[in-house]
Amino acid sequence: MSAPVLRLQHGRVSLALHQRRDGEGRPLLLLHGLGERTPDAVPEPLAAWPGPVVGLDLTGHGASDVPAGGGYYCEALMGDVDAALAHLGPCTIHGRGLGAYVGLLIAGARPALVRGAILADGPGLAGGGPTPPSPAVVTSLGSSPSRATPDPWAMLELSRDVRPPDYAATYARLASVNSGLDVAVAVVGVNRPPWLEAVVQEPGVVACSLPEALDRFAAVD
Amino acid sequence: MDAPEPLEDETRTYPGARRPDRQRRVDANGIGIAVYEWGDPRARPVLLTHGGFDFAATFDLLAPLLADAGLRVVAWDQRGHGSSDHAALYAFEADVRDAAIVLDSISPEPIDVVGHSKGGSVLMQLANALPHRVRSLVNLDGVPSGRNVPDIPDHQRTKLMADDLTARLDHRRRVATLQRKPGTIAELAERRSRMNPRLDRAWLEYLVTIGARRDPDGWRWRIDPAMQMGGFGPWRPEWALMRLPDLGMPVLAVLGLEPELMGWGTRPEDVEPHLPPDGRVVALDHVGHFVHIEQPRLIADLILEHLERAS
Repeated sequence: MSAPVLRLQHGRVSLALHQRRDGEGRPLLLLHGLGERTPDAVPEPLAAWPGPVVGLDLTGHGASDVPAGGGYYCEALMGDVDAALAHLGPCTIHGRGLGAYVGLLIAGARPALVRGAILADGPGLAGGGPTPPSPAVVTSLGSSPSRATPDPWAMLELSRDVRPPDYAATYARLASVNSGLDVAVAVVGVNRPPWLEAVVQEPGVVACSLPEALDRFAAVD
Repeated sequence: MDAPEPLEDETRTYPGARRPDRQRRVDANGIGIAVYEWGDPRARPVLLTHGGFDFAATFDLLAPLLADAGLRVVAWDQRGHGSSDHAALYAFEADVRDAAIVLDSISPEPIDVVGHSKGGSVLMQLANALPHRVRSLVNLDGVPSGRNVPDIPDHQRTKLMADDLTARLDHRRRVATLQRKPGTIAELAERRSRMNPRLDRAWLEYLVTIGARRDPDGWRWRIDPAMQMGGFGPWRPEWALMRLPDLGMPVLAVLGLEPELMGWGTRPEDVEPHLPPDGRVVALDHVGHFVHIEQPRLIADLILEHLERAS
């Protein structure tokens, strides 16, 4: 019936890694957007990828755990992806929205394990913007005890986190300098929040179509 | 099996230190937060908030002085610290939220708040978000500055960042199975003295008996081993500093001018341009980052005087 799901442990959180297509060669690792989950099947626009396709449900999303009390930030989700890389070995990443930002972070932090990051449009791309938003405190979301996903704390906190352009650009630089790839990051989306506008200016980052990005990263070792 | 340890006298006292009169727990969206109180429960409340890697007992010198001056003193252990529950996720915004939940458990009326180090930043953010709930604010050596960020060339900074990211992710990979290292009271105090080099060893041993638990193989700090020093993310000192001018209540910023590993190295001239209309800064020579532990009487008097102005 349902496709195989592997459980990975990241700290106190159990994550769901979904095998969406078997195959030979380097996997394409899908990172969903804010509030999304791994799609049930390989999306048609990604079908051209020649190897296996897997998808990770980030903390508080899909079939992954919902931790108590929120406290979400993108570097913790980068740790989610690192847990998947520890299991899978080198991958090419396709990230949508929030997953695009997290995909950029892990491409910079684990340049030997990310063989190309494709940054696509999707929910949660902008986060809370380039500077801190006005302070606000919400003490309760009336969340159900069932711990259903997506976690409302994830929806709140990951749409308020600050994403400075120079911070994002540093990750792009780390990815291109330390991966050994001529192009380490491909921007295939239309929307350009300030962090992504800065990233696309960096050497080793190209703006191109999704088919071109898939072709390019399928061809690298 | 190791030979059984020789019996050690495991009680510690410290001159002037007094444990809270009452303890309770509040639920912060599934995370149990330990809350402590000193003094008359009907008196004017003041909320104390500790810094990173500390816990409420670091107020065991200051709180009794405030309680004896007629206040209801409330302190709490932040998530992952002291006797509060460990969490899966730690973030500044979550600490601010937990602080608001503790505040809700004290009084619906505006109250006075005092925060040390990171606790000062948490309270500045809280006071901005809930200005109607904060009567006055005291920040104890918790106004950040960029002074302790070393001036190094860009390429070297990028290399340092790469190494830091690798170390942090490697740590995250191990975190599910991490345990704190067991030891004697003296050994734990010795380890803590690296973060608290100016503090009396007898004080640190006193803290061990509260902030650590006695396992069969020795004492272990209760603090969650998942937490690491320094933020994991793009946090910048300016983001805390920018909260200061917006505050509409009386604000007192205290600085300890002796440079320390855990401090920001902030000078009065870094703070003065950002002070709100009803704000002032007091800088203390020959005092380190832990102003309330080195000089509890002096700090209690500054707080009491500040609260008097806010009445």
